[in-house]
Amino acid sequence: MDPVTLSPKDARTAAPSLDVSGLAYAYPDGHQALFGVNLTVGRGERVAVLGPNGAGKTTLVLHLNGILEAGSGSVHVAGLPVAKRNLAEIRRRVGIVFQDPDDQLFMPTVREDVAFGPAASGLRGPELEERVLRALKQVGMEEYVGRPPHHLSFGQRRRVAVATVLAMEPEILVLDEPSSNLDPASRRELADILRSLDVTVLMVTHDLPYALELCPRAVILSEGVVAADGRTQELLCDEELMRAHRLELPFGFDPRSVTVPSP
Amino acid sequence: MGAGHAHKLYRHGHSPVHRLPPHCKLAAVFGFVLVVVSTPREAMWAFGLYAALLAAVAAVARIPAGFLLKRLVIEVPFVAFALLMPFVVPGEQTTVLGVSVSVPGLWGAWNVLAKATLGVAASVLLASTTELRAVLLGLQRLKLPPLLVQIASFMIRYGDVITDEMRRMSIARRSRGFEARGVRQWGVLATSMGALFIRSYERGERVHLAMVSRGYAGTMPVMDEVTADRTQWAYAAALPVLALAVCLLGWTL
Repeated sequence: MDPVTLSPKDARTAAPSLDVSGLAYAYPDGHQALFGVNLTVGRGERVAVLGPNGAGKTTLVLHLNGILEAGSGSVHVAGLPVAKRNLAEIRRRVGIVFQDPDDQLFMPTVREDVAFGPAASGLRGPELEERVLRALKQVGMEEYVGRPPHHLSFGQRRRVAVATVLAMEPEILVLDEPSSNLDPASRRELADILRSLDVTVLMVTHDLPYALELCPRAVILSEGVVAADGRTQELLCDEELMRAHRLELPFGFDPRSVTVPSP
Repeated sequence: MGAGHAHKLYRHGHSPVHRLPPHCKLAAVFGFVLVVVSTPREAMWAFGLYAALLAAVAAVARIPAGFLLKRLVIEVPFVAFALLMPFVVPGEQTTVLGVSVSVPGLWGAWNVLAKATLGVAASVLLASTTELRAVLLGLQRLKLPPLLVQIASFMIRYGDVITDEMRRMSIARRSRGFEARGVRQWGVLATSMGALFIRSYERGERVHLAMVSRGYAGTMPVMDEVTADRTQWAYAAALPVLALAVCLLGWTL
């Protein structure tokens, strides 16, 4: 999959999809989770954020759409700073897919759920319908438009969850553990879908093979800072680096033996 | 579980009653119930006429009488209460089948029974011709406080999720040899309920986070505008208006 080619319309927003600089944050109870994170994600890139539990991955994600307010440093999405006055637009631009689809899908039917985001930003009528159908088609779930989410399988729910944010036509898609709880077939289906999308992807995961499969580039977040940033395959092959950050490959998996699709 | 929001009360169909917009039906049932409760209890014939009106609606909606009657069972607790009244209400006594009962008590029992039955029957008719989702849209349209509508819609969405969580917790308890046999085990059940509450509360927070992330700012965006034209309102009004006529007759005769 090629990175998104810039159309003339997009040329004005040549700013990177995501630009995080010097981001630090401490929770109200005093626990500091981020100590100056720097991360730039260009348009159309797919980047994995790897890191052990408690490394600050979720805290970072919650800064991307302004749920948490930066203690210091800044976050820009396609040039727009994440700040109170821009929140509505920022939340339209940053589509977060949370880990549990039951949290993400809160409306009584798939259609209403996918429509929620665009409707909240004021879209109505046939345009809204069209947007919903397009998003569902992108994840291959258009037949389920009238179903209640709790009647779908887990993999289907995860796909609909992706559609709910695609419907907002986001600048960047942020996925929190996208492969968790998926059986191998659903996992592959989701990978196919993610690869087919023309959108910047930031994927937070423990699933190293999945990161290698989907993201040419990866960053390791450890103890609140970006400890490494580079080609996913190179990072995974660096045994010392991996051990230093409590990252382990599944038994029998050798990242050297895999031919990674060139970005 | 069937497809869609098939709940136990709903009966799928395409009758004119099914097709009426939900808010018209809600308004009609509400109007009907108001008229029924304001009818003097002495006008017994009026209640017969009300029942006939409901039967007519059921016929138009193609709801079989058996279906309707079975769902009226929900009323049983009220019936029990009504049956007590003739024995406990003080006042003039009379003898029915050799038992001494109070006259105001009898009237009270009749009043409760007749009005409750008609009210429940009207609600059952509404529920069997309107999907739960549509009822919520109707309530939204009728300007019920949005917070209440949202709470109700989350109940529909998460009822199953929470029941499922409860079931898993019960399996986990039983897998570790727990058997609820009596009062001694209530402590464990109470802690489980507490855990379930905490889990649901945390889920609530996560759902809220997901909503805020997609631009929720306190109000649900309106996606399905339910609308009704004059004819539809007129059809829906038939029930309460006819009932009102009966009620007025009941007061004047």
